[in-house]
Amino acid sequence: MKGGWFRVYTLAYLVFLYAPIALLPIFAFNNATTVAFPLEGFTAKWFAKLWEEPELHRALRNSLIIACSSSVLATTLGIFASRASTRYRFPGKAGLMGMIMLPLVLPEIILAVALLAVMLGIGMPLSLFTVILGHVLVCTPFSIAILSAAFQSLDQSLEEAAYDLGETPISAFRLIILPLVMPGIISSLLITFTISLDEFIMAFFLAGNENTLPVYIFGQFRFPQNVPVILALGTILVCLSIALLATAEYFRRRGIAKTGGKDTGGFL
Amino acid sequence: MKPTARGRFRGSEAANGLAMISPTAIYALLLLAAPLAMIFAYSFMTDGYLQIIPRFQLCNYFGPCHSYKLVDGVMTEAQTYNGVWSDPLAKALMLRSLIISLVVTATTVLLAFPVAYFVSFHVSPSKKSLWLFLITIPFWTSYLIRVFLWKVILGTGGVINTGLMELGIIQEPISWLLYNANSVVITLAHAYAPFAILPIFVALEKIDRSLLEAGRDLGESPFMTFVRVTLPLAMPGVISSVLIVFIPTIGDYVTPLLVGGPEGRMVANLIELSYKKLDNYPLGSAIAISSMGIVVAVSLLFLFLNRRFLKGNKA
Amino acid sequence: MTFSAEKSNMIEFKDVHKYYGDYHALRGITATIKAGEFFSLLGPSGCGKTTLLRTIAGFEGISSGAVMIDGKNMEGVPANQRPTNMVFQSYAIFPHLTVEQNVGFGLRKDPRSKAEKAAAVAEALEMVGLKGYGARAAHALSGGQRQRVALARALILKPKVLLLDEPLSALDKKMREQMQVELIKLQRQVGITFILVTHDQEEALVMSDRIAVMFDGQIAQLADPETLYRRPNSKQVADFIGTMNFLPAQILAEAEGRVEVEAQGFGRISLTADQVSVAPAGANPAIGFRPETLTILFDGQQPQDRESMATVEEVVYYGDMTYYDIKLDGTTAPMRLSMRNVFGRPVLDIGTRARVAWSPGALVLFR
Repeated sequence: MKGGWFRVYTLAYLVFLYAPIALLPIFAFNNATTVAFPLEGFTAKWFAKLWEEPELHRALRNSLIIACSSSVLATTLGIFASRASTRYRFPGKAGLMGMIMLPLVLPEIILAVALLAVMLGIGMPLSLFTVILGHVLVCTPFSIAILSAAFQSLDQSLEEAAYDLGETPISAFRLIILPLVMPGIISSLLITFTISLDEFIMAFFLAGNENTLPVYIFGQFRFPQNVPVILALGTILVCLSIALLATAEYFRRRGIAKTGGKDTGGFL
Repeated sequence: MKPTARGRFRGSEAANGLAMISPTAIYALLLLAAPLAMIFAYSFMTDGYLQIIPRFQLCNYFGPCHSYKLVDGVMTEAQTYNGVWSDPLAKALMLRSLIISLVVTATTVLLAFPVAYFVSFHVSPSKKSLWLFLITIPFWTSYLIRVFLWKVILGTGGVINTGLMELGIIQEPISWLLYNANSVVITLAHAYAPFAILPIFVALEKIDRSLLEAGRDLGESPFMTFVRVTLPLAMPGVISSVLIVFIPTIGDYVTPLLVGGPEGRMVANLIELSYKKLDNYPLGSAIAISSMGIVVAVSLLFLFLNRRFLKGNKA
Repeated sequence: MTFSAEKSNMIEFKDVHKYYGDYHALRGITATIKAGEFFSLLGPSGCGKTTLLRTIAGFEGISSGAVMIDGKNMEGVPANQRPTNMVFQSYAIFPHLTVEQNVGFGLRKDPRSKAEKAAAVAEALEMVGLKGYGARAAHALSGGQRQRVALARALILKPKVLLLDEPLSALDKKMREQMQVELIKLQRQVGITFILVTHDQEEALVMSDRIAVMFDGQIAQLADPETLYRRPNSKQVADFIGTMNFLPAQILAEAEGRVEVEAQGFGRISLTADQVSVAPAGANPAIGFRPETLTILFDGQQPQDRESMATVEEVVYYGDMTYYDIKLDGTTAPMRLSMRNVFGRPVLDIGTRARVAWSPGALVLFR
């Protein structure tokens, strides 16, 4: 076996990484209100209960609205920024890109309170819209990270070849650049959607009286009898996230294969 | 003729680039830079209960501070509170946050390094992205639920305790697993694992493999080759993973709240308290700015130490 | 390889300057390229040759001067409206399209019917030797095939000028030599102006009707390959193209178009005016000659013109050729000499004394 002890260690590490997620379905199907061993038999009733929570449905609807809007807006802003940073040299580029990428490392709580202060300062009422504004801020750096890779692997002479063969800058973008970065765009949409769907702090501070899914889940943690239902919900969310990510990964790889590039690994 | 021609060229490419980036840059300016500037300004103002009185003062940072309230149309002193650096509780929380995130950073990066090393050096190139995908998946699944599950795993009635008691290894549940700094460290180390692995992996991938062969060829053992060649070359990756774990963890809100208990509270919880419960924006802003100051100071220290380390290595 | 006067001008550069910020990339280029000519821009990297090519294509604006194509000033005409097409160094084959779609890319706005366009694509593919490759995915092609696709894609639009930016540099040696011949044939077949950018002097000599040698954003010499090789107009050009030996010389007299010089190892020689070139400022005058213009005389061979004695200092055997470093009597530095190996003739050893024949007509004076 290649790697010897490193392989054993890495596998153990993966067990550590996956332990919580593996427990999720186990207790979601366990026929007991307390989350503890030994297990008490199989049930699907916690999943059935999900249908009976109007508050949850409202939170889900809100989260979907936010996630769809944020992913589209963040990816659009991401396209502009990554195209600008990979294609052009201009003064202040490093500074501007640094500012745009800052939310990637800045503690979210600080972003959240800063936005909260501004919203209240200019008198904008808290709503789903303010959450979207915050989520776009958080999602854009991820979108740029994905799209920069896509734009970077693009040979600039492809674009020049299109001009040379009679296309205008706009038609060259449509015929050459867009198809080649499309997998990256789809990948970015899916990833930013996933991030927005999971994001808690911004929503917690900026949603006002509305709930999003994570805010709803957070609220339910106070009631121990509701925990199995939350685990059932979590199971569904985790499955959904994995499906979205696998699709994103598929598109990312297809994009690389399409441009004939070399796969260098992960999303970040 | 020359300067104008030059100006025309510069104008075209620079202008195109700036025009292209402007939507994103303007968004970030309005919703990131401006808000940060605003809380910076707030931290020097006076709390007027549901409004900010634009009166410059330093007492949100140092010394006793007064908040005001509108009573019959007159601003009257309502409450007295301590500035961040004069408040024992706030100082203790900031210190604890710093220590916890340093411990989390050290743990996460040390645990992550062998994983990154394994994937970079011992996994065949075609399978690398699959391994990375496996490592990143948990990161993308609901953060809240993952944190909550650690509570389920570590609690007195949780998986570890019930499991161990069932097996007869322990008689009494272990209570030090949950609601203290330990549980915060475990949970955060878990949450930020991929963040630590990826930068190290990228740095290791960039190392030309023939450099390692050269190290061996020049008479070093595999271990010393690692110390003298691989590690220094991987250092930029280690530093970025240190920063990328350290900076967000110091401001983490959910983990301390859910699994930290009273002993595990961190500075983010205090910020939330000042903003949402006390409605004292100037104080909350002062705490936020102070913790950002700590983050920046420690990050610069890391970068400085790294530069010293690399220099020392060359000599 | 000479050009008659009735050939019209295809490209004219009129005092073209180009700045990148403070960097002066093109410093007053004035030159004319004739219709139907195979023209090369030759020079080391960074000399501005690619920049100059890109000003023709319209990818680079110029800071002052004018670029004319077929008599029209190209100022303000964007790349997509110029009667030129380009073969890129990276070939720039669109990776998401098939070979056919790549070749037919420029026909999008062509008013012809679909069938006619398909026929044109097939014809272009056949011309570059890729018949039957139309349906292949572009990213599955080899380097040589990519280049052929790039050629077909450019030629299908029947441009007035085909621009080739180091098209052979990515190919291995065998493939490169094969493509050189194919490109020459193709150019004769289609009859349009080809402009090639290359840093490989041999490639330029083999392929071109005329060559512009560029250094530091300026054209140092513009001539046909033979003139360039035999009568380089400066030491810099002589050094860049092939090998040239130099011997210190003293100018004795100048009269009636002839120059009398006293050269180390050669003695007193009389040269015609066209044998005189420029040496860098401040350098002493020198006589230059190519390695193959010196001949070692074996026993019994009669001298053809003039003869000197020399000592063999180094021998490099190449199979078909042998290179000798020899020191002519009365000189201090060794000279490179090349001899074709003929059956029955020995390869000399180091230290051998040899008779060396030379001809004044092959010498160039750098002053």
